Amino acid sequence: MVELETTIKNRAGIHARPSALIAQTAVKYSSRIFLEKAGNKINAKSIMGIITLAASFGSVIKITAEGPDEQAAAEAIKALFDSGFNEELG
Amino acid sequence: MENESSTFTVLDLIDLDLKEQNSLELKCVAGRSGLGRQLTVPDFNRPGLALAGFFESFAWDKLQIFGRGETAYLVKLDKENNHASVDKLFSYSIPCCIFTNSLLPSKSFLDAAEASGCPILSTPLSSSEFSSRVLRILYEIFAPKTTMHGVLVEVFGIGILLIGDSGVGKSETALELIERGHRLVADDVVEIRCVNGSVLMGQGANKMIGHHMEIRGLGIINITHLFGVGAIRDKKQVQLVCQLEDWNPEKVYDRIGMDELTCEILGVKVPKLEIPVKPGRNIPIIVETAAMNERLKKMGYHSAKEFNQNVMRWLESENERTLYFSRDDY
Repeated sequence: MVELETTIKNRAGIHARPSALIAQTAVKYSSRIFLEKAGNKINAKSIMGIITLAASFGSVIKITAEGPDEQAAAEAIKALFDSGFNEELG
Repeated sequence: MENESSTFTVLDLIDLDLKEQNSLELKCVAGRSGLGRQLTVPDFNRPGLALAGFFESFAWDKLQIFGRGETAYLVKLDKENNHASVDKLFSYSIPCCIFTNSLLPSKSFLDAAEASGCPILSTPLSSSEFSSRVLRILYEIFAPKTTMHGVLVEVFGIGILLIGDSGVGKSETALELIERGHRLVADDVVEIRCVNGSVLMGQGANKMIGHHMEIRGLGIINITHLFGVGAIRDKKQVQLVCQLEDWNPEKVYDRIGMDELTCEILGVKVPKLEIPVKPGRNIPIIVETAAMNERLKKMGYHSAKEFNQNVMRWLESENERTLYFSRDDY
């Protein structure tokens, strides 16, 4: 299992477009990927789940991945967060 | 939302959005500075003994409910100018004092509360009514909870939680069920609370974005607007779990329905069905039938067992056996 931590860098937070990007990236990997914020853990392959996290600017998100391609999966998701989803950074 | 998961304060109790028959009708009359005090136990205490000066085993960490008796005693203490027990009461960090029947304590009591930062609330409800309501509400708030990835739907009155890997068709199955007149409770993230130690209540994790679904190829759709208010429900007991999974040729699926699989959620066992998904299998109809079968079971009629009993009765009947043995071609 791989665990990485990241913070939300884009001003608007995780709204519909970023969550779609995350889910689309996550489904490319066969590992089970989860995002966790303040004790709420959700499946990173589900758009509605990611939106439900209500991750606003500056929130800390823990990414966990478990499976055959866990390292690559967790890093790809983290890279998305770090790029700020090509949006305006805060 | 976030408050609810970590701490529950007196202010949260006042702010609860409750419907008529559940409302606590609380208002704060003094000690506003203490509204951030936390409630840690889902229980209340009647502080009669404490007021009489007996503080052994005093349950200071619970809500303190003052009814007519306690209030009358306070009046008596006030007349006698005896403030010792009231002062001692406020030396504990009690979450709040609640006066029922719209009663109000004396000015000196309110001043003492204000000084110690203990909120004093008032409600027009009677003590018995208030205590039963507040217990019910607190039990629900303090109930153990978990979130599950799945879709909760109500089918023929049975709460069914559809679970399975991403892309197996949970949302599509739910959509077809809604189309067929059933109701959506929550999609994707289902928050489940264990109420009374045996009942699992499921609801959406967030009211603001509830009753939306993500359907691949369509995007996010609003079920309330598309199918009307009759197609949704706020919460529902989880009575059956249907696990959808890609058809695995190596796996043995239940063909008779005699073995009962269960799924444990928060320590409560819920009947579970494993439904293999394969092109050509109409999953919504299978789920619908499962719901009806579940209702039959609840009424005491178990299709598979009943069927097997009939088979056994038929096998054992003397008549059949003699018929069988007297045949010359066996």
